[in-house]
Amino acid sequence: MKHLKTWLAAAALAALAAGARADVTIGVSVPLTGPTSALGIPSKNGISLWPSTIAGEKLNVIVLDDATDPTVGVKNARRFVTEDKVDLIVGSAATPIAIAMSDVAAEAQTVQLALSPIPLPEGKGAWTFRLPQSTAVMSIPIVEHWKKTGVKTFGFVGYADAYGEAWLKDISAQATAAGIRNVGVERFARADTSITGQALKLVGANPDAILVAASGSGAAMPHKGLVERGYPTGKIYQTHGAATLDLIRVGGKDVEGSFVSSGPALVAPKLPDSNPSKALGVRFIEQYEKAFGPKSANQFGAHAFDAAIVLEKIIPMALKKAKPGTREFRAALKEALETAGRIPVSQGVLNYTATDHFGFTPDTGVLLKVVNGDWEVVK
Amino acid sequence: MDLSIAGILLLDGATSGAVYALLALALVLVFAITRVIFIPQGEFVAYGALTLAMLQMGKLPGTVWLLAVLAVLAMLRDALAAVREGQATSRIARDAALSLAGPAAVTLLALWAAPRQWPLALQSLLALAIVTPLGPLVYRLAYRPLADASVLVLLIVSVGVHFALTGLGLLFFGAEGFRNPSFWDERFRAGPLVLSGQALIIFLVSAALIVGLWLFFGRTLRGKALRATAVNRLGARLMGISTDGAGRWSMGLAAFIGALSGLLIGPTTTMFYDTGFLIGLKGFVAAIFGGLASYPGAAAGALFVGWLESFGSFWASAYKEVIVFTMILPVLLWRSVTHGETDDE
Repeated sequence: MKHLKTWLAAAALAALAAGARADVTIGVSVPLTGPTSALGIPSKNGISLWPSTIAGEKLNVIVLDDATDPTVGVKNARRFVTEDKVDLIVGSAATPIAIAMSDVAAEAQTVQLALSPIPLPEGKGAWTFRLPQSTAVMSIPIVEHWKKTGVKTFGFVGYADAYGEAWLKDISAQATAAGIRNVGVERFARADTSITGQALKLVGANPDAILVAASGSGAAMPHKGLVERGYPTGKIYQTHGAATLDLIRVGGKDVEGSFVSSGPALVAPKLPDSNPSKALGVRFIEQYEKAFGPKSANQFGAHAFDAAIVLEKIIPMALKKAKPGTREFRAALKEALETAGRIPVSQGVLNYTATDHFGFTPDTGVLLKVVNGDWEVVK
Repeated sequence: MDLSIAGILLLDGATSGAVYALLALALVLVFAITRVIFIPQGEFVAYGALTLAMLQMGKLPGTVWLLAVLAVLAMLRDALAAVREGQATSRIARDAALSLAGPAAVTLLALWAAPRQWPLALQSLLALAIVTPLGPLVYRLAYRPLADASVLVLLIVSVGVHFALTGLGLLFFGAEGFRNPSFWDERFRAGPLVLSGQALIIFLVSAALIVGLWLFFGRTLRGKALRATAVNRLGARLMGISTDGAGRWSMGLAAFIGALSGLLIGPTTTMFYDTGFLIGLKGFVAAIFGGLASYPGAAAGALFVGWLESFGSFWASAYKEVIVFTMILPVLLWRSVTHGETDDE
């Protein structure tokens, strides 16, 4: 009996090994536990919607948990490139882990599709491509709207962390280019009990618009604070981190009429037919909510879903040059990403080049307005 | 900065200060009686506010299950100890039934009441009834076995309890925040100043609680027993005062004050599962101002922290926390100069 089991196991292993050689192997590392599991779990859900074959090749997906720990993320990435001999790495959904993994990807010359818009210093990240939008791309619809409505000055209140900092940098650069002046910068922390001081000072500077750079329900507190100090809610702008229903749930009537910059996937049904992401976004919401329940669709699942769309585009291109599992195939995948041109995905339109690994085209972001407790797309 | 802005900031700082004062009093109380630096104080703030938020949504808050599980664990532990001591079975059973009766009643009441959408005031009372007994239970399970250990060991236990309660908070309430409805929507205007009904409630409840505690410690036997324990544990025990009971009482009071603070500030800010820690920490800074021993000192410190915070966030919002927490250093320096050497452990 014991022998039989051993034999069976050996046979199964052999079969797996034989199968693996011909398949396209993808290694996924996302945080399923730890503080950023709220990002990792929906990412994994999005990956479960991937097709089983692409261009006739079986897709062999290995999903590992990195527990929101950069050390584990690097260990996972090393396992992918040495033991599993993956053709491509996906992950992580958390920024610090994705940054740590990018070194392994570069060293092993394997493409990394990061599920986080990670900043990397000049000269690094040759093998890293990002799927979520950068803050620079998401600033565009806001600044465009300011230009259109004649805003001349703006104020900024944001998290005292990397998210707030990135937004301040990008929005300031674009606003200055458009001749819009920044008249006040205030900071706060998610756990603060009061925003009165910041709101007083910012409202006192009397800007034409105020941008709140925070996430989820945390974005509601400064918003309510500004409204309480008499600032009109119709002049407050929120970032894509706040583009969730939590903002409306906590903010209530105080967020009514304000603006939010968002990726297109979650509002796909309301987009005009001309938007290239509309059909894909609708497909994503349908498939995701069929699998995980109504109102469950979110941007993290959408980014993982988009990874499959990108793969469907680049794997056929790379197959013409080399066989999966080889170094040439991995190099061909990188080349395909950089030369494929415009790839519409549910969260916008990607256009990676050899120098731009963020990819998203300037028309990606959508400006939403809160109307009757729901989103409406601003034309 | 003109007078009206200064007025608004003073009012805002005093509102936060009133809540910090409550927490500082609770911290001083617990430290004086049990020598525990009660880091999990802030968790009870979050638990109070979020338990009410869950009840508002008609859901059963996870804290109810925590209460039930902790009560059973504490009961089992006591029963086991009693069996080892060879006590009579009937007495063990009676003690077990007594210690379970309260938590069981609250659990059943919550199970029955949660989907019924009671009025806000009743739900608030229910939230207090759920969170307050967690204090004595935490004392019985985490601190009592180490009651005679050094302050440092008790501090380490506190850090552990804090992490456990924060993690459970994430499990119970999720990662997103909640904002409770205001108890009183009235607004009073005096020139540029606007006093919200909620702020008024915060002031009144804080004042009432401080007076209540003063009466409790000054006039009641139980309060005097607690004070005696704070002054001299061994002496109190020799006089027939249960130091164990004093520990449970003090942490029950601390949990009650924490949950009440949570209910008070729940409508003025967005509460997350981990918001309480920072609020509790500011209460701790205030308590340090009073040397972790003086109640009026702690209350004054709390008001000062509130003002420091509101003016700090007006002038330099990026450095607000830095300003508040750095203030500990000159205060410690001043205390060590003026009070000289204190006897440590």
